[in-house]
Formats: sequence, structure tokens, C-alpha cells
Amino acid sequence: MTEKKETPILKPLRDVGIVGYGAYIPRYRLPAREVARVWKSGTGGLSIEEKAVAGLDEDVITMSIEAARNALARASIDPTEIRAVWVGSESHPYAVKPTSTVVAESIGATPHTQAADWEFACKAGTEAMQAAIGFVGSDMADYAMAIGMDTAQGRPGDPLEYTAGAGGAAFLLGPAEMSLATIEGSYSYATDTPDFFRRAEEKYPVHGERFTGEPAYFKHITSAAQALMEALNCSPSDFQHVIFHQPNTKFPKRVAKQLGFTMDQIETGLLVPKIGNVYAGSSLVGLTAVLDVAEPEERILLVSYGSGAGSDAMSLRTKALLPERRGLAPRTHDYISRRTEIDYATYARYHGKIAMK
Amino acid sequence: MEISRHWRLKRQRYALIGEVCPHCKKKIFPPRDICPECSEDARTLYQFSGRGEVYSYTTVFQAPAGYEEHAPYTVALVKLEEGPMLTAQLTDLGDEPVEVGMPVEMVTRKLRSDGEKGMLVYSYKFRPRFKEAVR
Repeated sequence: MTEKKETPILKPLRDVGIVGYGAYIPRYRLPAREVARVWKSGTGGLSIEEKAVAGLDEDVITMSIEAARNALARASIDPTEIRAVWVGSESHPYAVKPTSTVVAESIGATPHTQAADWEFACKAGTEAMQAAIGFVGSDMADYAMAIGMDTAQGRPGDPLEYTAGAGGAAFLLGPAEMSLATIEGSYSYATDTPDFFRRAEEKYPVHGERFTGEPAYFKHITSAAQALMEALNCSPSDFQHVIFHQPNTKFPKRVAKQLGFTMDQIETGLLVPKIGNVYAGSSLVGLTAVLDVAEPEERILLVSYGSGAGSDAMSLRTKALLPERRGLAPRTHDYISRRTEIDYATYARYHGKIAMK
Repeated sequence: MEISRHWRLKRQRYALIGEVCPHCKKKIFPPRDICPECSEDARTLYQFSGRGEVYSYTTVFQAPAGYEEHAPYTVALVKLEEGPMLTAQLTDLGDEPVEVGMPVEMVTRKLRSDGEKGMLVYSYKFRPRFKEAVR
């Protein structure tokens, strides 16, 4: 009989790291004031400045392909060595037919690969990363691609419509010795908490208003972050950067404070004011923004949150290879500054909110 | 039903994979297995860089069936760095005017869907080259 582990921290047999990473954020921006103009006569507070909106010819498949290509460019490996392409999202274009096979085919990873789609609201991407860490860490594969990407839905006029954005990131997990950042350890915390959901065949999700706060977002993120820090025997001051899931600007700031992190530690990875909540891509695109600027031997704490509900926490340490490789693909802020503002009518057209028949 | 045709064309459409002639080294797109230059057998796959420039362009206002929701859109003749010329939509233009000679790069985008219930068709399009697009 194997000995029971003292702490439930997730640690693979072989050390694993991020060997390539890539962001994708579409070009179009809908200012929050434009949503307020249409639905609130311009009154009321705004939780963000603007959100990123996918173009007419974009969806989770096309956006994942570009992020994956960016990750591959930084990894500089042959795509035929990839043994898994996993895409986490709550806006997969097909109900039945994987996003991941199209992505795998497009990046040249087929046919000797796993391909699957993941679903866990806003944490489907980090869930795929956890699995990829296990896949590489068990020596089943040398490389696995984990992607979190969304074109999020919000009912017209609903508070979610201000923030539900589009974007995400891809991470190629591989052996630690080849990585730009190593995974020091990870931990997952999940319970049945119905704070937000969308039934099959429904177009827009339902959310539990205030219930999405304390018992959901705050409880799961603080539990996951504290358990991981305790298991790794470290404290908030040991990290240069921390990234939390960011459904709005207020929640990540408040949870940072609750856990004892400073505003300086969350600043680099806090993108929600400029791109909105990109759901499965939300904390991950925060991580790419941090990797774009971090120095070697810095420590990063990433804590996602997905409604339903759960959090994945990961501790990363950047390596010497990171500054050499990050210039091989567009940086997260290159995408953020590539910006075309649109009005509500154009947004309604791009998101299929105008009935044509 | 065009499913088999979409499936056959996926590599060239998703990733701009053409051929190179092993005899005269000419790069071929779309792949045609016989070199248009020396008429020899040419089946060696070749991954194009995706970089090129606009040779000519036009804007489509009266779109053919399946493309209506995207109109108006710009179609260009794109001269690839490696030589071949192809026809493709331009995308992500924002407010930038299209010009002959404009540097562009390939992206994989949704081309159309085969009706409400049919499959989604993905293919190459070209956008202003990224570094140039950053302001």
C-alpha cells in the first residue's frame, strides 16, 4: 500500500515547466460607457473601461490557433512532438465536434496526439494546464499544449454585458530543463457551488448576483491560494507577481488584499480594465502579460476561478531562457494596443444579437 | 454536401501547406502534384511562411451565398514571399486603408458556415502584418 501524502499538493514525478506561451486578444473594443449609453442612459458606475470583442470571422478555434502558434514560436520545437492539444472554453463553436482537432491540425500536431475540449466555466484553461502538467510530469509525453480561450456571452443589458470579453492564451508544457518558467507545485479546490451556469441549448448564462462573491469567488480563491502557499512553505511576500481570475476590477483587488498581497504584485497581470473578463482565458492572459516582462528567478502565483465552482493555484519560477524567447512572438500588450473601437450596433452585429430571420 | 472536399483541403486552408518541386525548387500553392514550371512530379509538402504583400484588391458588397454576413469585405491577390500568388480575404483591417504593396500575414479564420446546421469552414485570410499594425 502506498503511503498517504500529508498535503494534497499536486507535484509530478518529473519536473515540468512552460516551454512556450502565447496570448491572443482580438482587435475590437467595446467601451463600457457605450453599453451604459444604450441600457442605462449613460448613468451608473462602470466596472471596467472597455472589453475586447472578436471579429465576425473569429471564434474560439481561430483565436486558439493564433495563441498556439505564438506558444510554438517561443518554444521553438517541432509540433509533431506534441502529444496533447487541450482547449478549455465555455464558447466552443460546436456543441459536438472538438475545437482541439482543428487547432491541432492547424499547428501541425496531428495525428500522433491527444485532442480534447475542456469545460469548467472560467477555469477550463487552468484545468487543461493541470492535466498537461500531469501528462508531461508522468513521462507519458514530452509536450502538451493547454489553451484557455473564450468569446464570452452576456445577455443584452445584463451586468455581464459590460465585461464579457474575448481572448485567452496557450501554454506548451514540457520538461523543466527546457522551460521558460518551471511549475513549483499546484493545487486544485472544487465544490458544488451554483453561482453561475448556462443550461444546454441556452444562449445566455444565469448568475447568482451577490452569491457569485463570498461563497464562490472569494472562498475558492483564498482556499486554493492558502493551501498551496502552506504546502510550499511560502507567504505572499515570496512572490513578485500574483494573478487572480478577473471577472471585474474589484474582485481581484479585494481577494489580493484578503490574502495579504499588495497592489504592486497584481498590477502587471491585471488586464480586465482594458480587455474585460475573457473567462477561460482570464487569469491565463494575465500570466502571459507577466511572462512578457518578468526577470529570471522571479516567482509567480496564479489562481484561477471557475463558476460551479473551483480554483486552480500554481506557483511558477521564471528561468534564464525567458528573456531570450519572449521576443519570438507578439507580446500581450502588442495585442492590447492594437485597438479599434466599435459602437454597440457593430458589437450587436458581430455577436449575432441582431435577428436576421 | 461538401464535407469531403473541406476535409481534403484542410492542410492548405488551415496552415498554408503547399508543395515544393524537387526538380526545379519552385514553390507551389495551391498544391497540384505536378510542377507548373517544369511539369515534373512534385509532391514534397512545403510550409509557407504566410508572409506576402497585396498585389491588387477589391471590395465585395454583393456577396455570394454563404458569405452574406461578412459583406462588405475586401478580397486581395496576395503575392507570397516564396513566389506564388493567391486570392484571399483581408481581415482585421480596422480603419487602415488597403494599399497595393501592403505587407500582410496569414491568419486562420472562419470563412463561412454551410448553413445554420452545417459545418464551419476555416481557411487562410490575410491581415496587415502584425508589427506594422501596432501603433
